[in-house]
Amino acid sequence: MNTLTPPEYLPEPRTETRHFRAEKFDFWSFFFSGLTGLATLFILGILATILLNILVNGWSAISWHFVSTIPKKDFFDANTTGVLPMIVGTAFRVIVMTIFVIPVGVITAIYLTEYAANTSLITRIIRAAVNNLAGVPSIVFGLFGLGFFINFVGKNLDALLHNSSAVWGQPALIWASLTLAVMTLPVVIVATEESLKAIPPGLREASLALGATKLETILKIVLPQALPGIMTGGILAVSRAAGEVAPILFTGVAYYMASLPAHLSDQFMDLGYHIFVLSTQSPNIEQTRPILYATVLVLLMLTFALNIVAILIRARVRKKLRALG
Amino acid sequence: MAEPLIPKLTTPATSAATAKASAPLIEINNLSLHYGASKALKDISLKLEEKVVTAFIGPSGCGKSTLLRCLNRMNDLIDNVRIEGTAKIGGHDIYDRDVDVIELRKRVGMVFQKSNPFPKSIYENVAYGLRLHGMKAKSNLDARIEECLRASALWDEVKDRLHSSALGLSGGQQQRLCIARAIAIKPEIILMDEPASALDPIATSRVEDLILDLKKDFTIVIVTHNMQQAARISDQTAFFYIGELVEFGATSKIFTNPTQKRTEDYVTGRFG
Repeated sequence: MNTLTPPEYLPEPRTETRHFRAEKFDFWSFFFSGLTGLATLFILGILATILLNILVNGWSAISWHFVSTIPKKDFFDANTTGVLPMIVGTAFRVIVMTIFVIPVGVITAIYLTEYAANTSLITRIIRAAVNNLAGVPSIVFGLFGLGFFINFVGKNLDALLHNSSAVWGQPALIWASLTLAVMTLPVVIVATEESLKAIPPGLREASLALGATKLETILKIVLPQALPGIMTGGILAVSRAAGEVAPILFTGVAYYMASLPAHLSDQFMDLGYHIFVLSTQSPNIEQTRPILYATVLVLLMLTFALNIVAILIRARVRKKLRALG
Repeated sequence: MAEPLIPKLTTPATSAATAKASAPLIEINNLSLHYGASKALKDISLKLEEKVVTAFIGPSGCGKSTLLRCLNRMNDLIDNVRIEGTAKIGGHDIYDRDVDVIELRKRVGMVFQKSNPFPKSIYENVAYGLRLHGMKAKSNLDARIEECLRASALWDEVKDRLHSSALGLSGGQQQRLCIARAIAIKPEIILMDEPASALDPIATSRVEDLILDLKKDFTIVIVTHNMQQAARISDQTAFFYIGELVEFGATSKIFTNPTQKRTEDYVTGRFG
């Protein structure tokens, strides 16, 4: 058998060994990676401290009685009080807000991405307005809600429908929810815009090239694809709104109500506001502390539960989109 | 809707032979297209007959895709596009103000460079256009979908999984599905924008066979970068260079005996 000899034009095999390892210890590289790790650890530490503190101190005060009782006027007594109306009120205002904010936010985002000319002055003004809306302090939204929804919309509705007796022209669940909807609008708009932009232009072109109108393309191709992203916007809006107190302060929250809210024009009690009340109005701080912790824990769990529901629905939608469509 | 704005292109009485002799199906006259200030197409004039495969060739940026997209007005989607001259299909200027773009696109189908099936089932992909144009009954849909998938040589590969996602198909299968989707609404013309450029040689040859097959029923305009492909599948070839139509004629002539120096240089691979 012939032995294969390498042709002469091939270079000689390298003989010396090359060292790729750095000779010197790279201090800055080590320092910087350590710094990023520490920063992350710091954030995690804070989060863990808050959550553990609430969990440990709040858990023992939570009972079925606590979450299912409508309290008497003196709700500072740890043995008799309950937070049912606050749970119902917070859940209601978040759900009503979602019903308003999703359609308005989605339609605005559709206008911005699908219809408006990207470079036109109007589009740029709307975009800037949306971004600025996100930066407005929440108490300002509260005052806006009072001035616009209650004193303008509500009072005029009463003048029209109820002979000027106060039905809508006072703080109410609907106005608190609408105020929150205005506040969370940018979240939904931005999330929807991002998900609309992420849809390949080829899909829109394919639909249009088949003779679909723009509306048909948006409804049948674009929106179903954007649904998970829209729901992400909804989840973020819910998380943001559930714990907010300032926007509802003048627009719907009550210090105390003897019954659950039954109508959109009713006032309501709220977990976040109740936390504020418990921590500032109590005649006996030591006695109130366990129920304060418990109320905070209930608020966290409610926000978590609302998020979980939305995330589960989104996962179903995603799965369906991936499998079929 | 009133009378369709573009009348049916094949008049009932004409046989194939007389149709060939009659006015060309696509007639482009002195068409120029501007993107803002830059001129992408310069004074293009071109006549294409019915049931003929025409290849548009030329180096990147020569305007061949742009011209293709003029024919179903996909350029309408881009801002700042200005078009001069006329593009007639079946004797009617498609840029006339009263032309219904939806109706136009129904008659002038398109297959894109990157296969773009909808993220829906194989069945729903083909059903989409049919439903848009009013076909609702399941039995009709089933029959037409099978017909189209057979015509696009995909039926045997997908008949057992019509209701699974189109995104699970291979690249070549996806592109054939896009062709099935395009022919489902029975267009008269199919525009193909480099339909095989992202496919491997085997998938490419299948798509090419398919195009030759579809020629019996459709007028096809195909943009391609692949010179051999143009030579294999087209009857006529138009060579574009920087927005100009340099030469147009029978494919055999363009590839063996072009009149223009630039055409010869391009098809022999001297530039481009």
